[in-house]
Amino acid sequence: MSNARDASGHDRIQEPEAKVAPASPVYLDHAATTPLLPAALAAMTAELAQLGNPSSLHNAGRRARRVVEESRELIAEAYGARPSEVVFTSGGTEADNLAVKGLYWARRAAEPARRRVLASATEHHAVLDSVRWLSEHEDAQADWLAVEPDGVVTAATLAAAIEADPATVALISIMWANNEVGSVQPIAELAALAAEHHIPFHSDAVQAAGQLPVNLAETGATALTITAHKIGGPVGVGALLLAKGTQPVPVLHGGGQERDVRSGTLDVPAIRAFAAAVQVATERREDEGKRVAALRDDLIAQVQAAVPDAVLNGTPPGPGRLPGNAHFSFPGCEGDALLMLLDARGIACSTGSACTAGVAQPSHVLLAMAADEARARGSLRFSLGHSSEQADVDALGAVIGEVVERARRAAR
Amino acid sequence: MAPLSWDGMTTLRVLAAMSGGVDSAVAAARAAAAGHDVTGVHLALSSNPSSYRTGARGCCTLEDARDARRAADVIGIPFYVWDMAERFHSDVVEDFVDEYARGHTPNPCLRCNEKIKFAAVLDRAVALGFDAVCTGHHARLESVPGAPGRTRLVRSVDAAKDQSYVLAVLRSDQLSRAMFPLGDTTKERVRKEAADRGLGVADKPDSHDVCFIPDGDTRAFLERRLGSAPGPIVDADGAVLGAHDGTFGFTIGQRKGLGIERPAPDGRPRFVLSIEPVSRTVTVGPADALGVLEIEAARPVWSGCLPPTGPLDCLVQLRAHGEVHAAVCEQADDVVRISLREPARGIAPGQAAVFYDGDAVLGSATISGSAR
Repeated sequence: MSNARDASGHDRIQEPEAKVAPASPVYLDHAATTPLLPAALAAMTAELAQLGNPSSLHNAGRRARRVVEESRELIAEAYGARPSEVVFTSGGTEADNLAVKGLYWARRAAEPARRRVLASATEHHAVLDSVRWLSEHEDAQADWLAVEPDGVVTAATLAAAIEADPATVALISIMWANNEVGSVQPIAELAALAAEHHIPFHSDAVQAAGQLPVNLAETGATALTITAHKIGGPVGVGALLLAKGTQPVPVLHGGGQERDVRSGTLDVPAIRAFAAAVQVATERREDEGKRVAALRDDLIAQVQAAVPDAVLNGTPPGPGRLPGNAHFSFPGCEGDALLMLLDARGIACSTGSACTAGVAQPSHVLLAMAADEARARGSLRFSLGHSSEQADVDALGAVIGEVVERARRAAR
Repeated sequence: MAPLSWDGMTTLRVLAAMSGGVDSAVAAARAAAAGHDVTGVHLALSSNPSSYRTGARGCCTLEDARDARRAADVIGIPFYVWDMAERFHSDVVEDFVDEYARGHTPNPCLRCNEKIKFAAVLDRAVALGFDAVCTGHHARLESVPGAPGRTRLVRSVDAAKDQSYVLAVLRSDQLSRAMFPLGDTTKERVRKEAADRGLGVADKPDSHDVCFIPDGDTRAFLERRLGSAPGPIVDADGAVLGAHDGTFGFTIGQRKGLGIERPAPDGRPRFVLSIEPVSRTVTVGPADALGVLEIEAARPVWSGCLPPTGPLDCLVQLRAHGEVHAAVCEQADDVVRISLREPARGIAPGQAAVFYDGDAVLGSATISGSAR
């Protein structure tokens, strides 16, 4: 796209393009967001030209409502939920906030003694900071579940935390797969433990949803967070899969559009595109999982060949790790220097850490996995997805040795 | 660090330090327009940005990081934030406090150039493959006549904005890797150019105060760091005229805020003549007692000429935005003795003495003592 600017320095709107091309020729940051699938783009642009608020009673409203409900059914089916168990949100962060705060408030209202929130120490900030907020403002007691050095919460760890005082647990929240290091949690086992004690169990499945068989009914979880833009849908729409009969206290009040749990006019084009992406991603999941995992394994091999002391963080490749994730610590390097050098060579990746004014803080995930601060700072995440090809992996393999060497000199 | 020779190099890989202000934005834009391969970097100087300056001015806020990022967007260059908080704290903030504790008057901008921008940042940039660091300082660089490949620092064409004084501490190898695209341009024209280039920071106010003292109250900042350390204020004969809460609240030549109730017998205003931190004694006296003719300065850096082997006739500037004085300088070991032709007032240890030949910087040293 040309970069014409108007007088105020803003980009002018250009002619639409059929294909969504990442700005970097080698895009290894699919865990941040993955390119829109052509089917999602087509669904979204078609729907943007349509009129109608799905809450309206007239014909235009009914048409929009029908699109929403068809989308809801598709998404429900893909994730082992009933249509009524899909609560659309503005994305993963909102769904996590609704699950954590809403379920805590509801549980505490029913049984005031239940103040403990058990969550893994490696949660995404949407869960982590919601739990922290509850503990600072709503009398919750945050009990952080330790992870093993590979990032996994064991059933024994959760069992011990529950059994310390089962009657005081309000909620358990453990992510399905970690966004930074790709470790997959034994969700079925953990959810079963929660169910034994009749404790609501939420899992942030944002990273898992496009890559693993995520299923609400089979896990027996109370709530699962999913979001569109990690699976080839648009940014700005997601869902909380909320088991029947669960009624969290709303975070957003208003028209009560979604089961009286979530208010706000539904974003029909985004929801339709979300469903289109889910449909494609679900159909291709097994094949894509194998293809992407093979690319990832080659990426790991190439990086380790070029940088023999690079440490692969997280669980070993296999069913216990997201197929698209490779996460390394490069001893003696600063992650932000590596990122900049790779960016200059047209390779996009991530330090996977939270930013304040762009200042990288050492990753809480790696620190929880018993990494020291230097190892946490010197780490990079490469994440593959539906548009990844062998050439992307080879491009990284060709430069990573030189880049690490240079970053090491800069860190001295 | 190896000095860089630009001979025959048309495209340099340039790291542009972008504070979020108008000068560094235009400097980066000019470097990019000249065909260099420019990457913008905002230096995060506090790990907790809100703990330093709040508001639009200065160099440490989230808003400034955003302004810098937007300028980089408009210029069309990559942009990153580099975390320099630890280095800045130890090399600039702690040094500032220590210097005041020793009765000196430090210049933190100079120290930041010496230790951060053209040391920590430049070293990292070079290690990462950059050729030069570009900033929005108002100063010029030019080849030393008769010494090919040597670069010297020259005052900006905008005398009111000239920043050669706070850059004079740099060695020639550092200057050889510096780029100051604004030295030939007045501030007024820089602002106009920023507007013409569509840079939103065109009208952003200049920063004035010390960036890590948000409210501008240096004395209160130092008192929080150093605590109360009361002592006497005396006249030249040792008669006690008053008391103070810490010698760090004073600088030589200071007239205001002495807190002495009794006026001088002759009715003339009093000035701080000397600060003695061990006995916590601040000596005050009349203006004519401030004048000094002999100055000692330590740790000289000669970037614009070879270290002088005999007496050197030159001009010397003794504080930021201060006047220049004709002087003869002579170096012995690591100390430069400066003999002024006419007495100068308000000479404070810790400030830099910068030696000029006309507008060109010859070198600098840190004032350590003076005598009438």
